[in-house]
Amino acid sequence: MMTLKINGKHFEVDVPADMPLLWVLRDVLGMTGTKFGCGIAQCGACTVHLDGQPIRSCIMPVVAVGSRNVTTIEAIGQTTSGAKVQKAWLDLEVVQCGYCQSGQIMAAAALLATNPHPNDADIDAAMAGTICRCGTYARIRAAIKRAAEPS
Amino acid sequence: MDFERLLNMTKDGAVFASEDGVSRRTFLKVSAAAGGGLLLSFILPGMIRSTEAAGAKTGASFTPNAFLRIGRDGRVTLIMPQVEMGQGTYTSMPMLIAEELEVGLDQIQLEHAPPDDRLYANSVFAGFHVTGGSTSVRAFWEPLRKAGATARVMLVSAAAQTWKVDVASCRAEKGMVIHVMSGRRLNYGALVDQAAKLPVPAKVTLKDPKDFKLIGTSAKRLDTPDKVDGKAKFSIDVRLPGMKIATVAACPVFGGKLAAVDDSMTKGIKGVRQVVQLDAAVAVVADHMWAAKQGLAALAIRWDEGPNAQLTTADIVQQLEAASRKPGVVARKEGDVAKAMATAAKKVEAVYQVPFLAHATMEPMNCTVHVRKDGCELWVGTQVQTRAQATAAEVTGLPPEKIQVHNHLLGGGFGRRLEVDFITQAVQIGKQVAGPVKVVWTREEDMQHDMYRPYYYDRIAAGLDAQGRPIAWTHRVTASSLVARYVPALFKDGLDFDAVDGAAEPPYTFPNLLVDYVRQEPPGIRTGWWRGVGPTHNIFVVESFIDELAAVAKQDPVEYRRALLSKSPRAKAVLELAAEKAGWGQPLPEGHGRGVSVQFAFGSFVAQVAEVQVAKDGEVRVKRVVCAVDCGVVVNPDTVKAQMEGGIMFGLTAALFSEITLKDGRVEQSNFHDYRMLRINEAPVVEVYLVKSAEAPGGIGETGTAASAPALTNAIFAATGKRIRKLPVNRVDLRST
Repeated sequence: MMTLKINGKHFEVDVPADMPLLWVLRDVLGMTGTKFGCGIAQCGACTVHLDGQPIRSCIMPVVAVGSRNVTTIEAIGQTTSGAKVQKAWLDLEVVQCGYCQSGQIMAAAALLATNPHPNDADIDAAMAGTICRCGTYARIRAAIKRAAEPS
Repeated sequence: MDFERLLNMTKDGAVFASEDGVSRRTFLKVSAAAGGGLLLSFILPGMIRSTEAAGAKTGASFTPNAFLRIGRDGRVTLIMPQVEMGQGTYTSMPMLIAEELEVGLDQIQLEHAPPDDRLYANSVFAGFHVTGGSTSVRAFWEPLRKAGATARVMLVSAAAQTWKVDVASCRAEKGMVIHVMSGRRLNYGALVDQAAKLPVPAKVTLKDPKDFKLIGTSAKRLDTPDKVDGKAKFSIDVRLPGMKIATVAACPVFGGKLAAVDDSMTKGIKGVRQVVQLDAAVAVVADHMWAAKQGLAALAIRWDEGPNAQLTTADIVQQLEAASRKPGVVARKEGDVAKAMATAAKKVEAVYQVPFLAHATMEPMNCTVHVRKDGCELWVGTQVQTRAQATAAEVTGLPPEKIQVHNHLLGGGFGRRLEVDFITQAVQIGKQVAGPVKVVWTREEDMQHDMYRPYYYDRIAAGLDAQGRPIAWTHRVTASSLVARYVPALFKDGLDFDAVDGAAEPPYTFPNLLVDYVRQEPPGIRTGWWRGVGPTHNIFVVESFIDELAAVAKQDPVEYRRALLSKSPRAKAVLELAAEKAGWGQPLPEGHGRGVSVQFAFGSFVAQVAEVQVAKDGEVRVKRVVCAVDCGVVVNPDTVKAQMEGGIMFGLTAALFSEITLKDGRVEQSNFHDYRMLRINEAPVVEVYLVKSAEAPGGIGETGTAASAPALTNAIFAATGKRIRKLPVNRVDLRST
């Protein structure tokens, strides 16, 4: 048995140590906001935060999470940067099919939490790991800049 | 719809409109008069809802047609005939209904339509229940406005009757009917019972476009709020009591079969429940995806690889090339090309090729199935609800009415979810599993068992007069026929109309023209519809070749095209607008170039100008794409812009990087590390300019994709002098010497 701290709550899970966090979240805990896209950390759809740092949960063995706080898309709106990102995403109508957007928002929220005024190169570096097949990149960039503006 | 069938649906737990307090006779009268109104519903959280079929009570409601239902509580539910895969139908379709129904978008709820080829027929796409081909607005522009207007007229009549006043003295607004003189008002909920008794008017007058309050505005999308906080459910997110999760490996060689499976190492893995064998695939059923994946990896599988075990891409191309040497079925003939070619001052000939492409939707293929003795339920994301139902019926032997299809938001369609192969497979697996099972493909499985955009082999030629103008034009397309497989009734006399879409009717005026099609099916590999379909391939060829002719004639590419567009003023207009906004003709730094493309496809006119930079080492950076769009009347301008932006990214990705290749009968690519995607740091700036138009609406979902490749390669030519006749670009050596 393992205890995980996710979105401020404790969960006891009985899962293999090498099971990726993604599947613990989705299949065991029923938190399906974090998505499966590739399984090899190439697409970013599975992005969650560990103590605020963005990681690809599809390759993170659950045992490696330890006592760190896991934050998922379901709770990111409770953080300042997360809420700003979600609002900007809706204000600028970033979203099309939406499947990649949990990962996009988690990556963007992590960026803004540590870098309140990212430039284009910062955005490139933080967001190049999250693929969007619908091609919403231009609006993602604009929305990050919008979220970075002083409210 | 007969009474017996209605009764059976009730027994299955389907939810009717008008169940409580309204006699069955009344309900039947309404249903029969309205030509339907039987609605299956399902529960989903958030704005896009379903009520779980068994036991839910909607209360009495008014259901004048298959697209909307209003309850006594005033709740307005719109039934979406077209699925949402990012293209914005779950906003544009409601806008059409709400405009005429006189309700705000904040007053409605949405439901996914159940499968019904009659009620939800798409008149622009082969007349069945399907979302695709950029047809949603074109097909439902009138039917949905009529549906909203019909309901409004009945509600106003009901109010007028209640108040014993003239219908003309009442007006509808924001879900209420108001008697103007007295100020009396009744909201729609209060009028439901009365309205349900009225005859459905055969004819209604639709609003004059100048009176539109909603259509033409960039209304906020209805599906997006749930997509930014994890609430939106895709079919891969389905969770049911007792549900197991399975992943599957089908024979990696197309046409092969399963020979033997040794599961001795699999059964002991914690969480693995069952190994299911099919003719050509094996699945591992488990408590969670991780155990299923581990279980699959631990199987020792022997495949009977079948006849295609040595197949390579080169074999397929060789077959296409050989077939292309013989004349095909004529798609269009003007004048006498042979005679005109003989008199031409110059002849230009080329072979163009575009590769097999995977769809790579972000949500991999998946389907949840529960097969019972007396019925079957599917939870899926599909563009073809009735085909999903039909394949489940075939596999289970149950009648279609016993197959419930719970549709979902799609995590990408692009044409992949027009196919039901993964549903067929899931039902076959589900037959061997007790209880519900969610079958999820890994990315590798998804990429290697796609229904690929066909490889096209095109022979194109033109004869030019002394001024460099084309006086003869021939274009032969050789490829797999998608129409013959997908809608065989429309495959007539050997001509696949999609294979020549964008080739047979270019916007240019050529006095002598011959376009023909040779059908050549590749062995093994399955082909299917890919965003932009026929135009994506043909516009690349036509617009690249026209650009070649301009170069031979030593004329400016925009001017050259403009001179040939005299019979197509709308095409000319978008060309001029795009060129103007792009600053065509203004100087660019060395290594930079601009390229243009024009198209008429999906009922819309588009011109794109791409600006690229090609580095000395041959790397291509797309800096900017400017596009001008005339898609007739626009429902939601922001959605149109977003579709152009996204379509362009999709097309550029493919043109720059994408190809699916075969070796030893297997697809070589498997995931995003070897099937490269355009990412945010490589994305160009995209500017979209909409032409204001009152013409009939054109399609937009695929339009951006088709025109992007030639704009790109024409720009590369401008920058480097190198002409690209075979995609993808990154296979071409663009290093400067």
